[in-house]
Amino acid sequence: MIKEFDVIIIGGGATGAGVLRDCSLRGIRALLLERGDIATGATGRNHGLLHSGARYAVTDRESAEECIRENLILRRVAKHCVEETDGLFLSLPEDGLEFQSRFVEACRGAGIRAEVIDPKEALRLEPSANPSMIGAVRVPDGAIDPFRLTTANILDAKLHGAEVLTYHELLGFIREQDRIVGVEAIDRRSGERKEFRARIVVNAAGIWGHEIARKTGVTINMLPAKGSLLIFGHRVNNIVLNRCRKPADADILVPGDTISLIGTTSSKVPFEEIDNMYVTAEEVDLLLREGMKLAPSLAYTRILRAYAGVRPLVASDDDPSGRSVSRGIVVLDHAVRDGLEGFITITGGKLMTYRLMAEWTTDLICKKLHVVARCVTAEEPLPGSRESEERVAQHLHTLPVAQRFSTIYRHGEMAEQVDANDAHKRSLVCECEEVSVGEVEYALNELDVTNLVDLRRRTRVGMGTCQGELCACRAAGLLTESGRYCARQAKQDLVHFLNERWKGMAPVAWGDTLRESEFTMWLYDGVCGLTNTQNTEQ
Amino acid sequence: MTETSNFNFEQCIKCTVCTVYCPVVSVNPIFTGPKQAGPDGERLRLKHRRFYDETLKYCLNCKRCEVACPSNVRIGDIIQSARITQDRDHVGLRERVLANTDLIGTLASPLAPAVNIAVGLKPVKYAMDKVIGIDHRRIFPKYAFGTFESWMKRQSKQQATYARQVSFFHGCYVNYNNPQLGKDLVKVMNRLGYGVQMLEKEKCCGVPMISNGLFEQAKRQGELNMVSIRKSIVEDRRVVLTTSSTCAFTLRDEYPHLLHIDNSEVRDHIELATRYIYRLLESGAQLRFRQNAPKLRVAYHTACHMEKLGWSYYSIELLKMIPSVDLVVLDSQCCGIGGTYGFKKENYATSQAIGADLFRKIEESGCDVVATDCETCKWQIEMSTSKSVLHPLTILAQVLE
Repeated sequence: MIKEFDVIIIGGGATGAGVLRDCSLRGIRALLLERGDIATGATGRNHGLLHSGARYAVTDRESAEECIRENLILRRVAKHCVEETDGLFLSLPEDGLEFQSRFVEACRGAGIRAEVIDPKEALRLEPSANPSMIGAVRVPDGAIDPFRLTTANILDAKLHGAEVLTYHELLGFIREQDRIVGVEAIDRRSGERKEFRARIVVNAAGIWGHEIARKTGVTINMLPAKGSLLIFGHRVNNIVLNRCRKPADADILVPGDTISLIGTTSSKVPFEEIDNMYVTAEEVDLLLREGMKLAPSLAYTRILRAYAGVRPLVASDDDPSGRSVSRGIVVLDHAVRDGLEGFITITGGKLMTYRLMAEWTTDLICKKLHVVARCVTAEEPLPGSRESEERVAQHLHTLPVAQRFSTIYRHGEMAEQVDANDAHKRSLVCECEEVSVGEVEYALNELDVTNLVDLRRRTRVGMGTCQGELCACRAAGLLTESGRYCARQAKQDLVHFLNERWKGMAPVAWGDTLRESEFTMWLYDGVCGLTNTQNTEQ
Repeated sequence: MTETSNFNFEQCIKCTVCTVYCPVVSVNPIFTGPKQAGPDGERLRLKHRRFYDETLKYCLNCKRCEVACPSNVRIGDIIQSARITQDRDHVGLRERVLANTDLIGTLASPLAPAVNIAVGLKPVKYAMDKVIGIDHRRIFPKYAFGTFESWMKRQSKQQATYARQVSFFHGCYVNYNNPQLGKDLVKVMNRLGYGVQMLEKEKCCGVPMISNGLFEQAKRQGELNMVSIRKSIVEDRRVVLTTSSTCAFTLRDEYPHLLHIDNSEVRDHIELATRYIYRLLESGAQLRFRQNAPKLRVAYHTACHMEKLGWSYYSIELLKMIPSVDLVVLDSQCCGIGGTYGFKKENYATSQAIGADLFRKIEESGCDVVATDCETCKWQIEMSTSKSVLHPLTILAQVLE
């Protein structure tokens, strides 16, 4: 079976989803292929920081300007994914105040509001901040949820006719002379091989784009850089905390939904490791040691888990050694660069600029396809960001307060589709994050969920302090009821989900986190008899 | 940041045993239960105050969740602290009437005979129900004609003649409703060779104010009480006894946990009377019991704050020492009153549903009287069963020679 499209996008991160939406809004028939679930790569493994650009102001003016422009756009078009927390850049005694004046000047030069405030005032605004700070600058940082952002882009794209196939891995390209005309992919769940044809294929696969490009014979100099982060059990801070110094390790603490995140480390890793990132004890130590300088209470706050992502750093094309690395956006038209028609790579950049990356890519696609259509993604709000919260809250008045606002927080006005009409639909699947049966069913029906891990990315099931202890079995029950899988597969999925949770807890397994994971094991292994005897990764 | 938000809730491993032991959640599904309202809710409230759920007011602050918790999470404190810092509910006339036991007692006591008749009249009950929201089915405690304090003042010379002395935090109930219980304590202590003194100044311990949202007032009165208590314990070397389990619990634990009043230097010397007396008897003190006292079958009910203190053992053992008492120990369960909780119209049904099983067991026990250390349990059980309720010390005082 061969299906025809205008464009095929490889990669379901924020960039791929952004390109898919932009294409579909401009009337281009697009298909997105993702080898796993959406937002599984770098998109889902970062700080979730809505950069003001201040961090780059001194070192990379161009990135800083892009950031603040996109920051203001996302506050408008993706408001249900954004929390307007503001950010503080703290100068600690060891940092000195020299950097601060350069920093403020650079911010203002890039168009970023940067207000020097008294350390006492900073401490009043954010009581968790290090009281020994000697200076503070307030900037328009915020928090952004990358899972919701990606989901909302896909949702809108599908509403405009786009198609999405998750768990479809690219096997190879279909070439006609010096032109890419389609791809061959495998459905990883059924094992079925499929061919898809399109006039343009977009490589939006992040660090994995390196390998994908190679399948066409094209070389892109990418460097995988690993960044590790720690998630704390609750909101330590309500304002983003940064160190006012040259960007370094573990110098950003971001409040994200119910938790806070400290990160990141930065180290080069070989390509062989990019599919299996783990966080080392040294990285945990470093993150804690530096993190405590931003917020001393991190020393005794429970750590939920640790995780690592891979940034795709792209070497400038004119530097074959790969040393000169840009964090800027890189759009490669391989027809111009390599003489290969029908193939575009979009890479570099960052979560903050996903929309702009999508815009530039889609502009290029339009040019190639001779489509005349203007980009509207900077004006058109994403689904979820179209109604006022108050109106949605009224609609969901039958839900208990915490559940009502948690659901709205996650889905914006799309929460109106959550069935809250009877006690069963309102009953909780995930108690830590207040996810109801109705919300899980909405995700199963509308948001391309195939297993428990996917469901977690759409709803936060299993992201709370219990890390799946109470919710995983309930959610598996609902997935089984929905016909996603049979009871035997449900058990395998449970094992897979719990092991994935454990992977993040293992590097920080002490104190209450260890106690809770022991209790979880006792429940599932001891009480429910769930064991990991089969190879569940199949 | 309050002490409870100094993140004791992170010790929760979601075992949910607190919710199993919550007396409210099984009869009132609007209340989300201690786990959701406590540690889980706290995490959300730290995110934004709009996650504050007004149904937290359905918590009757029995602290049975804390007793059940294997992880030492101060669940009840987390819920009450959230109410203190975030509740925007209007404190109305009803809350002020229920909270100011001291003031109402002062007003009612001189007019006790008239007040007692008036609050029992149907039109008055309906008026209170409709106008201020105190349930018309609730029977009000009787006020005594003449306070305990006025009686006590006349005893001070005689009490001072004892070589050893204790202080007595009598509480509002002894002062305005049941001076006899205070007199019983004085009698027992005198027989043990102790004189009883009042504190220099005593105000209501504050628990009805905490339950009714008058936190500032509770804190002011608490600080005042601590001055007198500190003087008694530190300067005069006199322990402070109370007959009420809830007063004892409030002075010892709610002060530091909820009102942030430091009592660490004197806390161990704030004692429940039955515990103090039991320990005296254990260490050799003697009481002589009347030989001809009639047999009395007593059913002991463990009040929630007794359960939290972990001290019902002392009252039970004390009762067992009385030769004429045949003791039945009831299962420890909430009677449903929760201080002023059950007086509120919206809680009446919940309150009675919580207590139903206890009331049945009391009727089936074949007891002559019920004994408990808590005055509000007494009101609830007397209203809801055919039995009268006495404090263990009253039972003890009645059989002394």
